[in-house]
Amino acid sequence: MNKAFWKRKEPLNDTQLLMTITIVIFFVMYILAMILFGGGFLHVQQVFDMLNDNASLIIVTCGLTIVMIGGGIDISVGAVTSLVVMSCVLYLNKGGNIFVAVLLAVGIGLAFGLVHGFLVSYLEIQPFIVTLAGMFFARGMTTILSVNPQKVSHVAFNTFREKRIVIPWLGYTANNGNKIPARMELGVVIALACVILVWMLLKYVRLGRNFYAMGGNQQSALMLGINVKRTRFLSYILSGLLSGIAGFVFMMHTGAGNSTNAAGMEMNAIASAIIGGTLLTGGVGNVIGSFFGTMILTTIKKIVVASGLNDPWWQSITTGGMLCFFILLQSIVLGKRAKKRKT
Amino acid sequence: MKKRKLSFSGFGQLTIPLIAIALLVIFNLIRDPGFFKIAISHNSNGNAVLSGNIITIINGASELAILAMGMTLVTAACGGQDISVGAAAAIAGSVFVKVLKGASQINIGTVILAFLCSCVVAMLFGSFNGTLVAVFKIQPMIATLILFTCGRSIAYWINGGATPTVSSPIITSIGGFIPGIPVPTPVIIVIVMAVLFRLLFRFSALGLFTQSVGINGSAARLNGINATFIKLLSFIILGICVSVSACIGVSRLGLINHETLLIDIEMDTILAVAIGGNSLGGGKFKLSGSIIGAYVIQMLTITLYAMKVSSTDVKAYKAIVIVLLVVIGSPVIKERFGKMIRHLTSSRKEGPAKGAQE
Repeated sequence: MNKAFWKRKEPLNDTQLLMTITIVIFFVMYILAMILFGGGFLHVQQVFDMLNDNASLIIVTCGLTIVMIGGGIDISVGAVTSLVVMSCVLYLNKGGNIFVAVLLAVGIGLAFGLVHGFLVSYLEIQPFIVTLAGMFFARGMTTILSVNPQKVSHVAFNTFREKRIVIPWLGYTANNGNKIPARMELGVVIALACVILVWMLLKYVRLGRNFYAMGGNQQSALMLGINVKRTRFLSYILSGLLSGIAGFVFMMHTGAGNSTNAAGMEMNAIASAIIGGTLLTGGVGNVIGSFFGTMILTTIKKIVVASGLNDPWWQSITTGGMLCFFILLQSIVLGKRAKKRKT
Repeated sequence: MKKRKLSFSGFGQLTIPLIAIALLVIFNLIRDPGFFKIAISHNSNGNAVLSGNIITIINGASELAILAMGMTLVTAACGGQDISVGAAAAIAGSVFVKVLKGASQINIGTVILAFLCSCVVAMLFGSFNGTLVAVFKIQPMIATLILFTCGRSIAYWINGGATPTVSSPIITSIGGFIPGIPVPTPVIIVIVMAVLFRLLFRFSALGLFTQSVGINGSAARLNGINATFIKLLSFIILGICVSVSACIGVSRLGLINHETLLIDIEMDTILAVAIGGNSLGGGKFKLSGSIIGAYVIQMLTITLYAMKVSSTDVKAYKAIVIVLLVVIGSPVIKERFGKMIRHLTSSRKEGPAKGAQE
C-alpha cells in the first residue's frame, strides 16, 4: 500500500465514494448511448428534455435526500405534489393571482411538512406510518377536490408557462436545414437552484451538518449538544416545502391537474436518492448524487425507448434491473470498505 | 409502581387495536343500529350463506390478514418491510392462472398443482428479496423496491399482457362459498393459516429466534442462531402468504388482472402490522395484533363506504383515523397519559403528597 499517497490526500468518505460512482456511471452510460444510438443523444436538447421532464422529480428528490440523510423517510412527497398541482389549478381557474398560487403551493407543502415533522419528532411515531398517512390524505384530498382532469385556463399563467430559455448556440440543425435552438423550461432553473441551495445547506450550514450527525448516530448527536428533535422537525419541514415547490413546477410543466398526477413519484424519488448514494439508514448521502440518480433513471428510460423496446413493461423491468445492480454495487463496495477498516 | 403500569396497559400492545375496533363498533351502532345484523340468505347457487356487513368485513380482510401475518415475521426479523407484496402477488396470481389455463380441465388436482406452482414462484421471489436483505445486508425497503418496480411488468409478461379468466365451480368456491358451508371460504383459509402459524411457533423455536435476530442480530449470531437463514426464511414464509392471498384474490374475481390485483396492498399490510402494536424497527412481535390490525383497516373502509364516501375519497378519511390511532398509541402520549392516571389514582389513595413526590 502506498502510504505516502494516502497521507497526502484524505481518502474519500462513503458519501463521496458513492456519489463518484454514480456520476461516473452516468457519464459512461450516456457516452455509450451516444456511441450506440447516436441520433437524439448527440444533441444537447436531449439533456434539456430530460431536465424538462424531470424538474419536479429532481426537487422532490432533494427534499427526500435531506430526510433520508437524517435517518427518516418521507413517502408522501408524490401525493403532496399532486395535491398542490390540483389545488393550484383549481385556484388559478377561479381567476386567481399567480403570486398567490405560488404561496398556496408553498403553504400546502409547509403544512404537510409541519404535521409530519411534529408527529415524527415530538410524538416519536414511526416516520413510515406518519408519511404513509400523509400520502393517503393528500391523494384522497386530490380526488375530493376533483376527480376529473382540469386544464389551466388562466391566460397570464399560460403565457408564463410557455416561456422558455432559448440558447441558440447549443441547438442543432434539423434534417430540413432549419436551425433549432435548445430550449429549457423555467422549472429547470428552479430545480437546479434547489439542488445548489440544498447542497450548500448540507455542506456549509450548521443545520446541514446536524442532519448528517443525527442520521449517523442519534445518540452521539444528542451528546454533542444537537437538538435532535428540532433538527428532525426541520428536515421534514424542508421536505414538505420542496414538495410544494415541486408541485408548482409540475404544474408549469403539464399545465393541468389530474388525480393520478405524480403517481409513483415517491418511489422514483427514493430510487433516485438510492442510486445517488444516499443510504436509508441515514448519515450518508449527497444531493448532487441524487440529482445524477434522477438523470440515470431518465437515461435508462430514454435508452430503452431508443433501442426499440417500446412495450411499457420493458421500461420498468430495466429500471428494476439497474436498481438491483446499483444496490448490489453499493452493498459490496461499502462491505469491502468496512472490512478494510477493521483489519 | 410497575404493577400499576401493567394494569393500565391491560392487553399490552393489543390495547390500541382493540380500542380501535371497539370505537368503530360503537360508532357504527350509534349511526345505524342494524349495521351488525347477520342474516342467512341464498346465493345464486342456492346455498344457504351468511350475509351482513360484519361478514363482508371479515371476508374482505382475508388477503390483508394473511399478508399481515407474513409481514409481521419479516418486520420482526429484519427491522424493515417488504413493499413488493402487491407486485409479487400479481406474479403469483398470473402463474396460478397460467397453469390452470394450461390444464385440459380444471379439477381439484390441477387447482392444487397451480397453487403449488404459484407458491414455488412466490417463494423464489421471496428468497430473491431475502438474499438481498440477509446476505447483502441491504435495507428491506430498498431491496424490495426492485421487485416493486418491475413485479407487475413480469406478471404482464407471464400472461402475454392479457387478462385471462378462469371459470370453474372450484375456483368460485375458493373465492366465495363451499356448498353446504355458510362461512366464506377465504375466512376459513385465514383461520387455517393462523392455526398453521400457531403450530409453527408452538413446535419450533422460530418465534424466539426471529425475535432475537430482530432485537440484536449479532448477539443472536454469537448465541448460535443463524441470523442470515432466519431472515431468508421469513421472506420465504411471506412468499407462501403472498401466493395464498393471490390465489384468493384471483378466485374472487375469476380472472387475473396484473395491474389491479391486490393493488396498494403493501401499504395497508404495513399499516396493519403497525396498528397491531408491532414495532416497525423489528424485535418483539405479536401475530394476533397484526391480524386484528388488518380487520381494523377493513372495518374502517367498510364503515366509510357505508357512510356513502366514494371509493377514491376513502383514503383521506382513512388517513385521519390512522393518524389519530398512532397519536394515541405514540410513546410520548402514552407516557403522559400514564402519568396523569397514576397521579389521579395515587392522589386519591395516598393523598397528594405521594403524587407530588413522583
